[in-house]
Amino acid sequence: MLSRLVSFVVAIGLAAPLSAMAQTADSPYIAPRNEWGQPDLRGVWNFSSNTPLERPAQYADQEFLSDDDVARIRAEALEDIARSDGNSSQGGVGGYNQFWVEGLPLEDNRRSSLIIDPPNGRMPARVAGAPVAFGGLGPDIQGERPVRFAVGGIGKDGPEDRGLSERCLLGFNSVPPFMPSMYNNNVQLFQNGDHFVIFNEMIHEARIVPIDGRPHLPESVEQWTGDSRGYWDGDTLVVETRNFTDKTQSFRGTGISKNMQLTERFTRVADDEVHYVFTVNDPQAFVAPVTVLVPMHKTEDELYEYACHEGNYGMVNILRGARVEEGTWVDSSGN
Amino acid sequence: MKKIVKNSVLLFVALCSLASAPLFAQSSDIPRTPDGKPDFNGIWQTLGTAHWDLQTHASRPGPVVEMGALAAIPGGMGVVQGGNIPYKPEALQKKLENQANWLQLDPIVKCYLPGVPRATYLPYPFQIFQAPDTTLITYEFAGADRMVYMDQPDFASQVDSWMGHNIGHWEGDTLVITVTGQMPDSWFDSAGNWHSYQLVVEERYTLMGANHIQYEATITDPEVFTEPWTISMPLYRRLDPGMQLIEFKCVEYVEELLYGQFRKPVIE
Repeated sequence: MLSRLVSFVVAIGLAAPLSAMAQTADSPYIAPRNEWGQPDLRGVWNFSSNTPLERPAQYADQEFLSDDDVARIRAEALEDIARSDGNSSQGGVGGYNQFWVEGLPLEDNRRSSLIIDPPNGRMPARVAGAPVAFGGLGPDIQGERPVRFAVGGIGKDGPEDRGLSERCLLGFNSVPPFMPSMYNNNVQLFQNGDHFVIFNEMIHEARIVPIDGRPHLPESVEQWTGDSRGYWDGDTLVVETRNFTDKTQSFRGTGISKNMQLTERFTRVADDEVHYVFTVNDPQAFVAPVTVLVPMHKTEDELYEYACHEGNYGMVNILRGARVEEGTWVDSSGN
Repeated sequence: MKKIVKNSVLLFVALCSLASAPLFAQSSDIPRTPDGKPDFNGIWQTLGTAHWDLQTHASRPGPVVEMGALAAIPGGMGVVQGGNIPYKPEALQKKLENQANWLQLDPIVKCYLPGVPRATYLPYPFQIFQAPDTTLITYEFAGADRMVYMDQPDFASQVDSWMGHNIGHWEGDTLVITVTGQMPDSWFDSAGNWHSYQLVVEERYTLMGANHIQYEATITDPEVFTEPWTISMPLYRRLDPGMQLIEFKCVEYVEELLYGQFRKPVIE
């Protein structure tokens, strides 16, 4: 899928149509039907984005960007890519260069933020005392186990000190809900009449969603990716997920997912576009629910297998490196 | 135009199956998808001991003292047609070494993706989501998955993977999946049966009724075996009310095994 970014850059460099591509809610588009007569959501969808989660202050109440805004943002993004191409984003060993980075959507998003509710496009306030921890590619941060964020860690005493994606437990862009991030922003959707499957390329995560009206699992059965049930609301497939563990966050570095109810809505708004709208509701983390709209664009490419754990020599080297550094490492030859 | 013709054919097939016309050689009482194909959608599982040893074997003690009889390995009748796996002599040596060092070497002890065909007969359920173009098979063990691309015989493997490159087609009512591009690191069972990167697996799924599939896998690997060989076994539909796959992210359960030796020492 990496070649896609390159071809996209080339494509917009050659001919950049400024026409509005975003679909509106009152669009007359009718999705094609699958063999069971349901709207057909199947296929590989790319959710890369350079739209900020929160609306930048400069746009105030401006929900949609003007043509000028779009042209300027695109020009800045291309400049940034050209400037940093060949260089790692973090500098030195271990950084990602532009080859890896999917920082642009396949088509422009006219919205000024991914958040559509609250209507100001900003995160709702945190509840006082809610746990907050942000990981990152920089130095380890102070913190306690369990490490609920995905990237980085709180130390190197053992694997539990590392983030969930470094442990290959969850993808850094695919902990439900999934969000645009650095790379592998791909989801493949499957339907077979009474089931829907949300397959994230990252960590080859297949979230199976029965849509046959059955009840949720008992509350005692907690899962990393929760327990999902779906139903059709007109042409929109709605997925309700709960039974999360206390080992992941609710959203945006905040909360404990065990307290979260996640609602995701999948609507095909064009032959080549699905709107992925999710609402995170965790009253112990945020004073109000937050709703995010991520436009996803069709790609004819296939997903690769993301076999993370099988090649996780990074974990061995992180831990062994720390033992060598602190002088406690003794290998089998006694050194 | 081509599409219209194809759709007309599909409609014809669908109408024929509705009318129970004897268009198909096999039974007409199997479930079918709206486009008239045998319907493999659902949750399936094998019964038996093929995951311990594909060949006929006696029971043997288990490796975990504390687990006693619970971890002892039951005997089984075997699933290899003709009973024999046609190893080249040096390849058989490696199998025997694998078997002797089973716990240290078996990749699924480490929660690695099991590969094909082993994923099929591990003692965990798997679920098929069937579609005319891309069928998904997802396995409870390690959350392993395969995308089966239908009717794209020329779509070659791009890069080796643990669950292989899966190309499907229909032969009558049998779903045939050819699997190439598998990593050489996976095994066939816990008896050390192994393969090289040259492995080609041809799987055949045939519905024998509403609730069971006859499964066959023919294994070709000229580096390891003198000739192709075939395993076969039934797959049973899980009929438990409300049956669903339960998450089994075994990565978490093998961290101590894989990384325990790299923990910071505890100073008493």
